[in-house]
Amino acid sequence: MTLEQWSVGGRGFGTVFVFLLLAGEIYTTFTFLGGSGWAYGRGAPAFYIITYGTIAYIMSYWLLPAIWRRANKWKVLSQPEFFATAYDSPLLGKLVALVSIAALIPYLVLQLKGLGIIMSEVSDGLVTSTAAIWIGTAATVVYVVLAGIKGSALNAALKDILVLVAVVGLGIALPYAHFGGIGAMFDRVIAANPTFLVVPETGQSQSWFISTVALTAMGFYMWPHTFGSIFSARDAKVFRRNAALMPLYQLILLFVFFVGFTALLVVPGLTGSDTDLSLLRIVRATYGPWVVGFVGAAGVLTALVPGSMILMSAATMLSRLIRPANTQSATGSLTLARALVPLVAGVALVFTFQGGSTLVTMLLMGYSMVTQLFPALMAVLWKGRAASANAAIAGIVAGELTVAALTLSKSTLATLLPSFPHAITDLNIGVVAMTLNVLAMLVVAAGSPRRSVGLQSVGNGVN
Amino acid sequence: MTESPAESPKVFRRHHLLALVPLLALLFAPYIANRLEPRILGLPFLLGWIVVWVLLTSVVMFVILRLDGDAPDVDSFDADQ
Repeated sequence: MTLEQWSVGGRGFGTVFVFLLLAGEIYTTFTFLGGSGWAYGRGAPAFYIITYGTIAYIMSYWLLPAIWRRANKWKVLSQPEFFATAYDSPLLGKLVALVSIAALIPYLVLQLKGLGIIMSEVSDGLVTSTAAIWIGTAATVVYVVLAGIKGSALNAALKDILVLVAVVGLGIALPYAHFGGIGAMFDRVIAANPTFLVVPETGQSQSWFISTVALTAMGFYMWPHTFGSIFSARDAKVFRRNAALMPLYQLILLFVFFVGFTALLVVPGLTGSDTDLSLLRIVRATYGPWVVGFVGAAGVLTALVPGSMILMSAATMLSRLIRPANTQSATGSLTLARALVPLVAGVALVFTFQGGSTLVTMLLMGYSMVTQLFPALMAVLWKGRAASANAAIAGIVAGELTVAALTLSKSTLATLLPSFPHAITDLNIGVVAMTLNVLAMLVVAAGSPRRSVGLQSVGNGVN
Repeated sequence: MTESPAESPKVFRRHHLLALVPLLALLFAPYIANRLEPRILGLPFLLGWIVVWVLLTSVVMFVILRLDGDAPDVDSFDADQ
């Protein structure tokens, strides 16, 4: 096996396989536990989860083939290499790699934590959270090292089947078992709390919804493992077909919501981060060990499969940072990447066992960090060789510094601009980072020497 | 409906504008559809609106896919080579 085969499957995957890969990344423990947790704890704002994914799929019809054609021509293996080649800037490639690896760690931690929660809940404490995390991590490491991306695609298929059955089954069975139907369940929710299922006037309001959906849709494909999955396709048509199919797959989230709402009525009282337990709690409260075990198995896979893709992505990027593509043997690179897998897993484990609210903070940082790569991507897709590497670097640095500063200081637009109307202050804080990112790009692009002969229109440098 | 391959590479064709319809319906859902009634198959209206438009997204993208047919998949990148 070469590194290319290990990481992008030799670029021969057809529609179904790519669908499984991309879909496999979407259904993570965030969706399984977090989606029902948000429905339970927040109500209508949880609907952003279905919305942003669908919008990302619409974008993908044009975006992914454009990325694929370039990646295929340049024979790049990873997102950092893509940027480095597109902008003819190894420095930019390294920057993207650092941002990506930094963002992946909290994402991996989330999966490992979810794994711990699931296994200890399902076994009723028999398997401790700590033991579960060690076992799961070890299994993932072994699997990734041996099988690479093909293993992940097959695992994704199994996971998707189990999740589909579990979520759709529970989403229908639980409301019927407790209330006699889905409509009846919603009647009860509305009776208990009439404003829960519409977006509120302040807080997570309309402007929060729109800004969050827009930002996360932009960040959707910017995760390095997602971006890397694009390279594995046989041809660009694969993505166009998937753009039409994937929205249907998003509808599974509807059933996740049904579970969360039913849980709110049946096992109330969970608050804060404990809302993530809602799906498991209601399953345990309603069904016997076989169902609980089945749901647990599905849940475990929703942690392991994305976890393995994240691990592989991080290991590949690290290996390329250490040992650039033009040196020595292909198998040497593969060995290095494989050796790095346990190292990355180890770093994630350290953070996983620390726990506390800092993990939520870190995950939100992770998502907002990768979203900052979007303007640089659009600039190079749109302007090709005329796009300025310095502008991209400036934009990304400005965006990342803003994200870090705002998240660590726990600022929101409400704290920054207290006298502004709530339509402004409710906006997702990522809007600030994105704005500064784009501004920095435009300013530096205006001052940079042109890379190629031809017009460089400054006024609308991005899209 | 589709451009002939002999013309210069075009990423966007007119019928692609169809994609804006579900995109805007979804993005602005809380402005357009932020209420509970009427219920759609038991779902509160906002959720029902989103679900319906997710389904329609699939339909619209299939339509665009068919209309694009065998049109070459190129952009300015390929022209640069």
